[in-house]
Amino acid sequence: MTPPTPSAAAPLEVTDESVVKSPTPTTNQGSESRSPGRLAWKRFKRDRAGVISACIVLFFFVIALAAPLIAKLYGKDPYTTYASQRPELLDAFSYPAGPNGGMSSEFWFGIEPQLGRDVFTFLLYGIRTSLGIAVAATLLTALLGIVIGITAGYLGGKTDYFVGRVIDILLSFPSTLFFIAFMPVIYGLFVAPDENIPTWLRAISLIIVLAGFGWASLARLLRGQVLGLREREFVEAAKVTGASPRRIVFKELLPNLWTPIIIQSTLMLPAFVTAEAGLAFLGVGMIDPTPDWGVMIQRGAQFYTEDITFMLFPGLSMVLFVLAFNLLGDSVRDALDPKSKR
Amino acid sequence: MSNAETLLDVSGLTKHFPIKGGFPISRTVGAVRAVDGLDFQVREGESLGLVGESGCGKSTTGRLITRLLEPTGGKVVYRGQDITHAGRKALAPIRSEIQMIFQDPYASLNPRQTVGKIIAGPMEINDINPAGGRENRVRELLEIVGLSPEHFNRFPHEFSGGQRQRIGVARALALEPKLIVADEPVSALDVSIQAQVVNLLQKVQQELGIAFVFIAHDLAVVRHFSQRVAVMYLGKIMEIADRDDLYDNPRHPYTRALLSAVPEATVEDTPRERIRLVGDVPSPINPPSGCRFRTRCWKATEKCASEAPPLVQVEGNKAGHLTACHYPETDDVPSPRLTKSPRAAA
Ligand SMILES: Nc1ncnc2c1ncn2[C@@H]1O[C@H](COP(=O)(O)OP(=O)(O)OP(=O)(O)O)[C@@H](O)[C@H]1O
Ligand code: SF4
Ligand SMILES: [Mg+2]
Repeated sequence: MTPPTPSAAAPLEVTDESVVKSPTPTTNQGSESRSPGRLAWKRFKRDRAGVISACIVLFFFVIALAAPLIAKLYGKDPYTTYASQRPELLDAFSYPAGPNGGMSSEFWFGIEPQLGRDVFTFLLYGIRTSLGIAVAATLLTALLGIVIGITAGYLGGKTDYFVGRVIDILLSFPSTLFFIAFMPVIYGLFVAPDENIPTWLRAISLIIVLAGFGWASLARLLRGQVLGLREREFVEAAKVTGASPRRIVFKELLPNLWTPIIIQSTLMLPAFVTAEAGLAFLGVGMIDPTPDWGVMIQRGAQFYTEDITFMLFPGLSMVLFVLAFNLLGDSVRDALDPKSKR
Repeated sequence: MSNAETLLDVSGLTKHFPIKGGFPISRTVGAVRAVDGLDFQVREGESLGLVGESGCGKSTTGRLITRLLEPTGGKVVYRGQDITHAGRKALAPIRSEIQMIFQDPYASLNPRQTVGKIIAGPMEINDINPAGGRENRVRELLEIVGLSPEHFNRFPHEFSGGQRQRIGVARALALEPKLIVADEPVSALDVSIQAQVVNLLQKVQQELGIAFVFIAHDLAVVRHFSQRVAVMYLGKIMEIADRDDLYDNPRHPYTRALLSAVPEATVEDTPRERIRLVGDVPSPINPPSGCRFRTRCWKATEKCASEAPPLVQVEGNKAGHLTACHYPETDDVPSPRLTKSPRAAA
């Protein structure tokens, strides 16, 4: 018998505590059902920090999605080097001529040093790119983790053993180092060394590499959960009535795994945002002129001694986003899994 | 009821769980002999009690009958059909006839499904469409087990242990089974609620004519529920008999010991001496030779160690009363080494 692996998130506890305790259902309560999901939502709504973080996170996603629209209303784009038509925008050393990095009613967040692009739209599109990559990587990671973890846990035996060793190996890799080493290799698979790497290829490669290393921890967590759930009597009850393995996985197991999946994914996404930025910063992720959070920070690092303003916007916005998302992740965990609260 | 048709016929049933070990390549280094050669029958509409201490293989037996586990050996025949090694597809038509009620009312209901879904699940899986629709049938079942039909949309966490067990009963009834294996259905419940659930099961058994294999770890619960009782010890049946025979005339020392532990109030005849079993149940990995009970039996002799007593109708037993002991108990000859505890302690 394999003991159920205790894990970070216990998915099964559907408890009431912290929501008004009701007596047994025999009391008259109308027919409103208190599903585990609804209870979690109720708990979440009472968590101030969670709600505020959720709003901030939502705000970022909205501006990322609406970036083209906002840029259109604002009347600029992230690619045009405005200083080449209007040299007066930059001074003799190619730094913004105006005060505060050239912030004005025309250029809200100022002008980029040297090339003279518009910082506001560059940031908008940068957030759009970064979030897009992070979201895609998170979805792919979750998908891989769910499929592999549940398969290993449910089938057990040799499959489980083999998957377990692969996970061990992946988790023992210094992944950051590996990203840096591996990105050029992946590019090399698709394009000759002297050719330009198209932006979409960079994005796809990033997503694949992030997900390729990211699925292991989720898969391991889910495998453990499935090993525990598989022995639960409700699964046996389903088997006794003749349920197919398909039905058991989708109807009996999966609904009990959404909690760890959601919790893990909310922790994963901000990690991917920073990883993606880190890779851009190191020059192996997205590169100029593609607007990207990491690219901006990397550019900013080149002139922050002279012009801190340019560094400020991408830096602060990223800190705000990652912080809010992590707080949101905590709140989501507390709401879904109240037992884990300290 | 004794001439009713045999529903379930179990013969020589064994289940050995392999013990893996060894490094770096794991191999089988031994076996847990959880169930080691069982023979019994369950007739239509009859309730068979299966009693024994913890770890003696009762749950394993239940899971073998419902084919949640694959038997290592022996035969399980349901209504003339050998289902010992039947696969999922082959079992499909029988699945609806053999159902199970589980011990833990908290683990046996999926916390993410509503009561309605839980009870309708078996019908969905077997593609059964009762007249009036599944939802109606679920409401009906809820009423049968003593819950309000309005609880349809609620989740298991909104119910107490006893109520949950009733939901489990409703689920088992959904397919109108002929046989229900109830694995200690009340031992996880408050004593005050146990009786209610047992009464419910009794009502179900009598009104719907469902046969039961009722698993319990003491003889008290089974007494009110089962027409026949089998006493298990370390994977083997020690004694099997009609209820009254077993309670009035226990022939096996182990049965006697178990009976003496039943509270006096439920035993109407002359008070018995209380027998304390000393020591623990030996490990099923390495069970004692000969009679498995010999390490705790006060009558054990050389013969008990060398020769396993067969399960037979020993002298003085009524028909159908089988005992596996070389020196069956008799009422008038008290056993020499019987440890009597002072009356005050009883
Ligand atoms: N899947 C398994 N793998 C290995 N050993 C097992 C497995 N299931 C049960 N066993 C062993 O088989 C023996 C019988 O277990 P079983 O659960 O049938 O006992 P039980 O009579 O139901 O006990 P309880 O009253 O505690 O429920 C025990 O020693 C147990 O450790
Ligand atoms: S066979 Fe021997 S050891 Fe076994 S129960 Fe009978 S007397 Fe005791
Ligand atoms: Mg058991």
